[in-house]
Amino acid sequence: MSAFLIRRLLRFVAVCIGVSLVTFAILHASGDPVALIMPEAPEADRVMLRAALGLEDPLPAQFVRFVTNAARGDFGKSFFHREPAFKLVIERMPTTLALTCLAILLAIVVALPVGIYSAVRRNTVLDHAATVIVFLGQSMPVFWIGIMLMLLFAVQWRLLPVSGWDSWASIVLPAVTLGAFTMPLFMRLIRSSMLEVINLDYVRTARAKGVSEWFVICRHALRNAALPIVTVIGLQFGLLLGGAVLTETVFAVPGVGRLIVGAIRQLDFPIVQAGVFLIAIIIVTVNLLVDVLYVYLNPTIRLR
Amino acid sequence: MAVTLPRATLAYDAAKPAASGSRAWRRFALNPAALAGTLILLVVVGAALAAPWIAPHDPAKQTLLRRFTPPVWQTGGNAAYPLGTDQVGRDVLSRVIHGARISLLVGVSAVLVSLLVGVTAGLVSGFVGGKVDTVIGTVVDVTLSFPQILLALAFVAALGPSLVTIIVVLGLTGWERYTRVVRAEVMALREKEFVEAARAIGVGRLRILFRHVLPNTVSSIVVLSTLQVAQAILAEAALSFLGVGSGRAYPTWGQMISLGRDFVTVAWWLSTLPGLAICLTVLAINLVGDRLRDALDPRAT
Repeated sequence: MSAFLIRRLLRFVAVCIGVSLVTFAILHASGDPVALIMPEAPEADRVMLRAALGLEDPLPAQFVRFVTNAARGDFGKSFFHREPAFKLVIERMPTTLALTCLAILLAIVVALPVGIYSAVRRNTVLDHAATVIVFLGQSMPVFWIGIMLMLLFAVQWRLLPVSGWDSWASIVLPAVTLGAFTMPLFMRLIRSSMLEVINLDYVRTARAKGVSEWFVICRHALRNAALPIVTVIGLQFGLLLGGAVLTETVFAVPGVGRLIVGAIRQLDFPIVQAGVFLIAIIIVTVNLLVDVLYVYLNPTIRLR
Repeated sequence: MAVTLPRATLAYDAAKPAASGSRAWRRFALNPAALAGTLILLVVVGAALAAPWIAPHDPAKQTLLRRFTPPVWQTGGNAAYPLGTDQVGRDVLSRVIHGARISLLVGVSAVLVSLLVGVTAGLVSGFVGGKVDTVIGTVVDVTLSFPQILLALAFVAALGPSLVTIIVVLGLTGWERYTRVVRAEVMALREKEFVEAARAIGVGRLRILFRHVLPNTVSSIVVLSTLQVAQAILAEAALSFLGVGSGRAYPTWGQMISLGRDFVTVAWWLSTLPGLAICLTVLAINLVGDRLRDALDPRAT
């Protein structure tokens, strides 16, 4: 167990370094960032700013400085807002995480009963309907789902606001959009995990002892199907945050995604770097926690 | 209780050389969903190839007097513009037809880039193992740590949006699934008797890799590639939607949806119709890919 933890932590550190390297590369992929900050300035001023920003140093030295600063939450000042980029990102993070968690919750509330049902009652009408929904759902761009919901609920029926994040009513459409994007994935996953365990010997034994089918499914089958479900939801966290970026753009939700998209249009690299870095670190950490949890919850690995 | 483990090993125990070509094909063709998917796909590919000849109007031609013409089945519709016009009077149908070109071009090219990088990394990782495997595994983990759309967005914007940039960046942010699949297969195949036999008679490592191991991973690669094209089309649409597409010069579906978002209260068709085009295309590819997986799966024979 501790050997596993040590190996897993080492991998975590290696991945964090890799993440920093990729984030660092974003700025340098643009060629000359100074030309973007002051496009009309004379060359002499540019040279001065380049030196002030440390862009004249060798790349490895710049990378080390980037990592040490990033570890302290310093990504420099936004080119446009004249505020620390990290502060701007952190301020908007709760909104993005709230949107994502709400969407996960919505998706699970729908996908869990439907997924279990279609696994238990295979090849029924509802199972086929669920399969169709999974296929359709995975073929729709999340931003298009958002605009379609907006057309129906905000424009046609005028039930909900078109955009924003200032009232409970305005939260509904973004959360449902991201939830609808996530739900088919969860549904397919829950169905296949349940199918894997539902015909195993121990489930049959549980049935044989005479308890109700409902009890067998929830107490015995679901418990063992839950592990892979949790793991994959953790792995899909990145996809969800990517979906959140698009959902925020559609509904003008003031989250990290919209901040980053806006910053990209202005080529405001400190914000882009801070946002991308923070989101990646969150994903890496979630994956670490899921892995540790998996080993902790899974006796065949824990006891080895 | 390892729920997932036994099945994973079982999959590799099954004889890999897939069902004979004709049988796999019959199993594929007999499925109505796969057939429907193939037909839709043929229409989309046909539209993309023949766009300049079948589009009723020049997709860039503005007719300001006719702007916001609704689709023909609504009151105020004009038979010359079956799917209506946009805010500057461009024909939506012609733009949707031309939009198929960018989607398919980017989808297929990006997957080719991913395939090249991902399969190579997977082969090396699985066959060499050891430190190389650890390094490649870490690179895969790093790639998985970013939402693909976010990373692609940042790099496309930094490098300057163009068709080539989009293809390369989408390709380089979506390769890791190939690596994981190919690596797992190679590791299983490496221990097989026929590989051992080849090694015993003195066949070189590279020759074993390309002549004996690689051909046995082809069916997985084909299935994965179909599904990856669907993903790449969705990713391209997202990039265009966010405004870092291949430029205003040529219509793309994502860009049309994005423009339609601004006029959502007055012209529902502007975002709805190109979105339907994306859905149909991606759905068709997914149906074909899913059926292909079943047809090529040796366990089902």
